Amino acid sequence: MSYKEKIAKRAAAEIQAGQIINLGIGIPTLIPKYLAGRKQVVVHSENGILGLGNPCRRGSEDRNLIDAGGTYVTIETGGAYFDSVLSFSLVRGGRLDLAVIGALQVSAAGDLANWIIPGKYAPGIGGGMELAQKARRLIITTTHTTRDGKPKILEHCDLPLTAKGCVDTIITELAVMDVVAEGLLLREIAAETELEIVVAQTGAKVILPPGDVPRF
Amino acid sequence: MIDKTCLLENIRKQFKDGMTVMVGGFGVPGTPFTLIDALLETGSTDLTLIKNEANEDHLGLSRLIEAGRAKKLVTSHLGLNATVISMMNRGEIEVEFYPQGILAEKIRAGGAGLCGILTDIGIDTILAQNKELITVNGQRVMVEPALRADVALIHAAAADPFGNLIYEKSARNFNPAMATAAETVIVETERLVEPGELAPDAIHTPGGFIDHVVVLDQLSDEYGILEHHVL
Repeated sequence: MSYKEKIAKRAAAEIQAGQIINLGIGIPTLIPKYLAGRKQVVVHSENGILGLGNPCRRGSEDRNLIDAGGTYVTIETGGAYFDSVLSFSLVRGGRLDLAVIGALQVSAAGDLANWIIPGKYAPGIGGGMELAQKARRLIITTTHTTRDGKPKILEHCDLPLTAKGCVDTIITELAVMDVVAEGLLLREIAAETELEIVVAQTGAKVILPPGDVPRF
Repeated sequence: MIDKTCLLENIRKQFKDGMTVMVGGFGVPGTPFTLIDALLETGSTDLTLIKNEANEDHLGLSRLIEAGRAKKLVTSHLGLNATVISMMNRGEIEVEFYPQGILAEKIRAGGAGLCGILTDIGIDTILAQNKELITVNGQRVMVEPALRADVALIHAAAADPFGNLIYEKSARNFNPAMATAAETVIVETERLVEPGELAPDAIHTPGGFIDHVVVLDQLSDEYGILEHHVL
């Protein structure tokens, strides 16, 4: 299993029956296959779908039915279509139980930076700022470090923020951490890593739970 | 019933240099490609364009931008259009980004005859720089002025001659809000139906908002499946 699949599978375990969720681009798009058979989860897509189904099988694409990333998708029984105004009323109005999105940086206070690297990467804001700020719970799925090995989990983000204090849980290929009042509480570490590696690759103080750290 | 059907060649006189144009669509679904092509053919320039994204490279709105017709783009996300991002980085077009739902609400407000909206989205970020901030119910919020356009280009699945509209699936997106927020609202429709054929309860945009209805004889390839998004 690739590290992305591992992160997606672990994130899927955080999703509860009865929740309305939104899955961002990248790793979160891998989550639905780990929700198979869990009919009590309803997926929202920013472009105006509640009850988003699986991606289409080749040959059955509908030119009028895509998700927010452009993938041809299906709709679940009982799903609904609506316009962009209503789609974000659902998000900002507090009806979204959970959003899972990616990150460039996350801070120990739960600040998130994921939309701009000044001078390098500025594709726009999209729906991310509203999801980050208004989803009732925000899970970040990300690699623990950047491609060149620098920590993405930091005391303070130095990139421009998406939202302050919005992150509840961080899931990487190495660890699961919760943002609590005192900082980052380590909840689990990956089966194939060591506690020292997780601590060394995290750019912020990690609060250890009492006893052995559970593995995932 | 009032008949607003109009031939495509008669629409072109609505297009002028320097105007602001709202364009429906989110990706291919709901993008009025035929009306965009008509705007491109008129040669109108110095345009301010408002759309969720700029379509993908060399498609739809991107063609208008790549032809150098737009001085400014008001949008939400350009992640699937490297060409327009490069033009932005080279200073060939001014781009103003908004959070997607805030863009939608600014347009809704414009269409509803409101002056703007109050929002806390991005209040702790660089988005709040150079914005008017006020306190409402003890909370710091941003004033976001309403958005209107000279012309809105809308794509509908079905329309009657009065301009009652129905959109299909994820092709609805920004179309209903934009259909309320311009001085002249032009709809292209895949299907023209008889008055009364659309159930009054099922109509998404009532015809009172619409000025011109262009019936599409056929859908060009632009409306079709994008192979690189097929799994």
